[in-house]
Amino acid sequence: MPLAATVTIFTILSFGDQGYGDEIARSALMTVQISVLAYLVGFLIGLGGAVGKLTGSRVTRGILDIYTTVFRAIPELVLIILLYYSGNAALIAILGMIGVTGVQINGLLAAIVVLGIVQGAYQTEVIRAAIQAIPLGQIEAAKAYGMSPVLRFRRITLPAMLPFAIPGLANLFLNATKDSALISIVGFTELSQATKQAGVFVKYIQGNPLYLLVFYGIAALVYLAISMTSNQFFAYLERRMRRGQARPA
Amino acid sequence: MKFNRRFVFAAAAVALMASGGPAMADLKIGVDAGPYPPFASPDPSGKWVGWEIEFMDALCAELKEKCEVTPTAWEGIIPALNGKQIDMIVASMTITNERKKSINFSNFYYDTPTALIGNKDGDKDITPAHLSGKTVGVQASTVHQKYVDKYFAPAGATIKTYQTQDEANQDLAAGRLDYAQADAAALDAFLKTDQGSSCCEMKGMVPEDAEILGGGVGVGLRQEDTALLERVNAAIAAVAAAGTFKGITGKYPDLNGVIITP
Amino acid sequence: MDWSWFPVYFPQLISGLWITLVILVLSMFFGFILAVPIGLAQAAGPWWLAWPARAFCTFIRGTPLLVQIWFLYYGLGVLFPMIPGLRQSFMWPILREGFYYAVLALSLSYAGYEGEVMRGAFLAVPKGELEAARAFGMPRFTLLRRIWFPRAVRTVLPTLAGETVTQLKATPLVSTITVMDLMGVRGKINQDTLRVYEPLLLVAFIYMCMTFVIVWIFNRIERMVPQKR
Repeated sequence: MPLAATVTIFTILSFGDQGYGDEIARSALMTVQISVLAYLVGFLIGLGGAVGKLTGSRVTRGILDIYTTVFRAIPELVLIILLYYSGNAALIAILGMIGVTGVQINGLLAAIVVLGIVQGAYQTEVIRAAIQAIPLGQIEAAKAYGMSPVLRFRRITLPAMLPFAIPGLANLFLNATKDSALISIVGFTELSQATKQAGVFVKYIQGNPLYLLVFYGIAALVYLAISMTSNQFFAYLERRMRRGQARPA
Repeated sequence: MKFNRRFVFAAAAVALMASGGPAMADLKIGVDAGPYPPFASPDPSGKWVGWEIEFMDALCAELKEKCEVTPTAWEGIIPALNGKQIDMIVASMTITNERKKSINFSNFYYDTPTALIGNKDGDKDITPAHLSGKTVGVQASTVHQKYVDKYFAPAGATIKTYQTQDEANQDLAAGRLDYAQADAAALDAFLKTDQGSSCCEMKGMVPEDAEILGGGVGVGLRQEDTALLERVNAAIAAVAAAGTFKGITGKYPDLNGVIITP
Repeated sequence: MDWSWFPVYFPQLISGLWITLVILVLSMFFGFILAVPIGLAQAAGPWWLAWPARAFCTFIRGTPLLVQIWFLYYGLGVLFPMIPGLRQSFMWPILREGFYYAVLALSLSYAGYEGEVMRGAFLAVPKGELEAARAFGMPRFTLLRRIWFPRAVRTVLPTLAGETVTQLKATPLVSTITVMDLMGVRGKINQDTLRVYEPLLLVAFIYMCMTFVIVWIFNRIERMVPQKR
C-alpha cells in the first residue's frame, strides 16, 4: 500500500479531532456498558426466574415457562425491535393513564432493559439447570438446620450453583455482546453503528470504498478484543469458584 | 459469596442512575443515523455536520432552544418521534399525505427534484419500459421506494431496498444495481465524489408525481405539538427572511442549483 | 389491530418464508461440511492446520454475525468491481446478489461454532477404539471414515435440534443486505403500510412456529434412531 494511504489511515484512526480513534473507543465503551448492564439485568431476571420455576406455584411456573419458551423461540432481532417500539409506546401509555406526561424515556435505558429481558429468558434456563445440578444433600442439610429460604438461597444455593453455571454464563455474556450490535438496527450509536458511520464519512471524503472494509475490520477486532477479555475473565472466575473442589477426572 | 449479589445490585443501581440523567429541557432532533452526506454526517471529531445540521442550528437559534442531535435509524424515526424519544425530525423527510396520517409537518425548508443515476454508459432513457429487467436501488421507507414500486416494478424492474442511501450508492458503485433513485441533491453530491464520478452518471429527473414525491422536505413533529409547530413555522420563515439559507447553501457548492429553499 | 394488509402480502410472506428456509438449510449443509475438517484439524492436525482453524473459530465466535455479514457484503463485496473483467464473467450474477453473501456468511458462522463442537466431539471419542483400530493396521483414512468420524457425529446429533433453532434465529439478519427473507418482507410491509406492530407480531409468531416444528422433527428422528451406547 502506498505510503500516503498508510499515513492517511493513521491519521483517520488517531484520537483527537482529526481522527475517528476516539469515537471508536467511545462507542466500544458504550457497547461494553450496554452489554454488561443488559447482562446484569438478565442475570437478575434469570435468578428470579430459575427460583420461580423450581419453587413457585403452578401459575408462576406456567408464566415463566411461557416466557422462556417464547423468548427463546423467536429471533433476538425480532424481539429487540418488537420490545423496543412496543415497550416505549406501552410505557408512555401507562404513564399517560396515571397522568404523568412529558416524560422522556432514556433511550439507552430502554435498550438495556430490552436486551436484559431477552437475556433473562436464556439466563433462567442456565441458572435453573445449574441449581438442579447441586447435590441434593447440601440443600437438605440447610433445611435440616432450619435455614430460612432467603438465607438458604444466599449462602448455599447461589454459591453452589455458580461453578456449574459459569460455562453457560460465559457463553451468554458473549451473546449479550453480540446482541448489542443488533441495537444498531433500532438506531443506537454503539460500536458497529459508529464504525459504519465513520466508514461512510471517510469513504465519502477519501473516495475509496476500501475504507469501509477497514472500518468494519476494526469493529470486528474490537469485538474480538472484548470477547477474548471476557473469556479470560470467566476462566478466572471459574478457577476461583472451583477452589477446593475436586478436579473433574 | 455475598460479594456476588451485593456487587450486582450496587453496580446495576449505580449504572442505571448514571445513565438515567436529569429530564432534559433540550429538544432532541432526530437525524438519519446512517449518514446522509452532504446533509448530515459525523465528522472525525464526532460532531455532526452538513447542510441540514446548519439549518437545524439556525432553526434552534430562532426558537431560542438548545437542540441535541440524536441519530436514529431511519426506519424507526417516526415511531421514535411518536414514542417521545425525539422531539423533531430534521432528516430530509419529504412531506407526504401518507406520513401526515402519523405526524405533522412544518412548512418545507428545502425541495429538490428526484433523480436517477446509473452506470456510465451514456444511455439516458429512463422510461419505465426501458428499465424492465434492470435493478433499481432505493432507501427503504422513502418516497422513492413508493415511486419505483408504482412505476418501475410493474414494468418489470427489480427493486432492492437499503437501510441507508449510502448502502444503495455503494451497491450501485459495486455494480450490483443498474440504477439508484433518490433526491437529486444527495445523488449529485455522491456523483461529485471520486467513487461516484468514476462509476456512475446522472440519468435524468423522473416525471413528477406530487402525491408520491410530496411537496418538499419539512420538519416532522408530533401531532399533538401544535404550539411547537407554529413556532417552527415562524422560525423557518424568519430564517428565510434573514437570507440564512443562501449562506448555508453557499458553503456547500455541491448543492448549488439542485435545491430550492424558501 | 389492523390486519387488512395480510391477504395482499400473503404471497410475499410465503416467498419470504421459503427464502428463510432455503438459507437455513443451505448454510447448515455447507457449514457442517466445513466444520468437520476444522474440528479435525484442531483435534489431530499439525500446528500449521490446527492454528488457522482455531483462529477461525475464535474470530467467528468472538464477533457479531451482523458485523460479519456487513463485512462480507458491504466491505469485501464492493471491492469486486475493482477487479477488471469480473462484471462480464459468469461469477457476476452470484457476486451481485445479496442472497449468496447471506448463505456464505451464515455458513461460515455455522462452521465456526460447529467446528468448536466437532473439536470436542473428536476428542471425546474413547482413545481405546482408535488405538485398537491402529493396532489392527487400519490405514489412517479408513480409521477416520469407519471409527472416528461416525462416533464423533453420533455425539453431536442430540445437539443438532438446538443448533438448527439457533441458526434459524440468526437468519433475520440477512434482511439488512437486501435479501427478501421473512424479516425482509416484514420490512417491506412496514414501509408500504406504515404498520409497525402487526407485521412484527406475525413474523415473531411464524418464527416461533418454525422453532417448534424443528424441535418436533428432530424428536421424531431421534426416536427412530436406536439408542446404542
